Amino acid sequence: MRNVYLDNNATTPILPEVILAIEDMLMNYGNPSSMHETGRTVKEKISIATEQVASFFNGDVNDFIFTSCATESNNTILKSVLFQDYKFTPHVIVSNIEHPSVLNTAKFLEKNGVEVTYLPVNHLGLVEPADLKKVIKETTKLISIMTANNEIGTIQPIEELGKIALEKGIFFHTDAVQAAGMMHFDVKTLPISSASFSGHKMYVPKGIGLLYIKDISKAKKFITPLFHGGHQGSGLRAGTENTTGIVAYGAAAEYMNEHLDTEIKYLKKLRDSFEIKVKNEIDDIKIHAENSPRKVNTSNISFKYIEGESILLGLDMDGIKVSTGSACSTGSLDPSHVITAIDTDIEAAHGSIRFSFGRTNEEADIKYVVEKLAKVVSTLRQMSPLKKK
Amino acid sequence: MSTNWAYNDNVKSHFQNPKNVWKEDPETYDADGKGEVGSPACGDMMLIMIKVNNSIITDFKWKTFGCASAIASTSALSEMVLKDGGMTLEEAYKITPEDIIKYLGGLPANKIHCSVLGDKALQAAIDDYFDKNKLANPLKKQDAEIICNCLNISEEDIRMEVLEGAVDFETLQQRTKISTVCGQCKDKAMEVHKKYADKYYSESIYKPE
Repeated sequence: MRNVYLDNNATTPILPEVILAIEDMLMNYGNPSSMHETGRTVKEKISIATEQVASFFNGDVNDFIFTSCATESNNTILKSVLFQDYKFTPHVIVSNIEHPSVLNTAKFLEKNGVEVTYLPVNHLGLVEPADLKKVIKETTKLISIMTANNEIGTIQPIEELGKIALEKGIFFHTDAVQAAGMMHFDVKTLPISSASFSGHKMYVPKGIGLLYIKDISKAKKFITPLFHGGHQGSGLRAGTENTTGIVAYGAAAEYMNEHLDTEIKYLKKLRDSFEIKVKNEIDDIKIHAENSPRKVNTSNISFKYIEGESILLGLDMDGIKVSTGSACSTGSLDPSHVITAIDTDIEAAHGSIRFSFGRTNEEADIKYVVEKLAKVVSTLRQMSPLKKK
Repeated sequence: MSTNWAYNDNVKSHFQNPKNVWKEDPETYDADGKGEVGSPACGDMMLIMIKVNNSIITDFKWKTFGCASAIASTSALSEMVLKDGGMTLEEAYKITPEDIIKYLGGLPANKIHCSVLGDKALQAAIDDYFDKNKLANPLKKQDAEIICNCLNISEEDIRMEVLEGAVDFETLQQRTKISTVCGQCKDKAMEVHKKYADKYYSESIYKPE
């Protein structure tokens, strides 16, 4: 059976170049903090990897801190608000379609006395700059808005939103996990204070994340580390480095630095070709955020009259791996908070499927997927009491 | 045995090859009784259509909108009812969600509330059969009005929870998740909760020390 992995927004397969770098690192066990040669060798490799990463995102090499994952990066920034000596109740703004690592951290801040505004998005899935302006207060200390959404792929107007924040002297963080390797993301020119990234969304294994902090020495006044201990991570992230993960990240960044434009073009071609074929083959569908600025690899589609989990499991039997915003798949009873934020039709959230393409997909996969998808949808619709003939 | 699938092999088999599903327009089936429960907003909806002969269910056709376990549980129910020439109306009316889950060989805990609506749809189909034929319905449960369609919670369920200490609505919600899916029943659920909370915990009869 064909294996078609279309869940690259959840995680990505490992780049061959990354596997080679990891194999080499497994023999290099030194602690980069050691002064002897075994340690220095690894320190050197880490410093090269950091430069590769910094060069890919176009930032100052000193402004990047490696973490365990983007959740840690987001937590570091958001929770910093709790440790400032404010003489008032600080106010934080996040969008209502953030990843749980921002949304649930914001809820934790609220429990601990911080005022939080959850900014809604418009029907295109975008935060309106005018809306952001309206909710900013004297006491607003942090704004966190994701660059690209993991479920529907919408890309926020970070340039405008960041500018509004920075002009008022407010710290502006963006969760850019879904942007890395899928679009140009230039930390130098973007009006941001910090950004989170995750290795495993860009062809690196799990367990390595990144936190970019612009002008780190100044920003240190605002940021309190989650981990205290050694001097690693510029004093903002103690703990012996994940040396293998860092070098793996470096190798992926090096590859992407050279191939990003080709990757973007390739993924967009696959996604667009997929959507055209789906529209031709299957009736009564809705492509979410179709006309919004969108990640080139993401297609989130609701299939009317049927439910997402059964579509997912039907496709799984044909070797096709996707994800769904259906309540049944999440363990909770709530359908996707992202789709319900842009669509009043709850049924659409229950029937939504996310197809997220990656560099290992081929044009031939598209034909196979659409053929199987049409079959699964038609079988389930025959069973559905909602589909009237 | 494929332990790495979302459900057990029996559920998988019912999902892949559902039994007794009606693939056509429901209007084209000449049913003696029809029952429909759930709604698209909840994520699950089931339609059950039966034929009855001498108080025995001789045919059972269904349509389901829902997740794999909802589809499998309706298929399993149809098999249970039609086995050995068909159940009597009384036997069929007594089937519980637990019976269906047992027949399927188990379901993950978070699936039980939301995907096993088949028994309710079947009871509705049997009620419809009695109504249509203007027969007295000896099986219909009293006070079993469904308040929360998404989670299939009846007035009787709420009454029992209140008796067991759900004095305020928040406690009732924590225990049952009532009104947390599509939210449409919240006003009605609060009203029913208040009715029993007032009845059992009003100051005149219940005074906390």
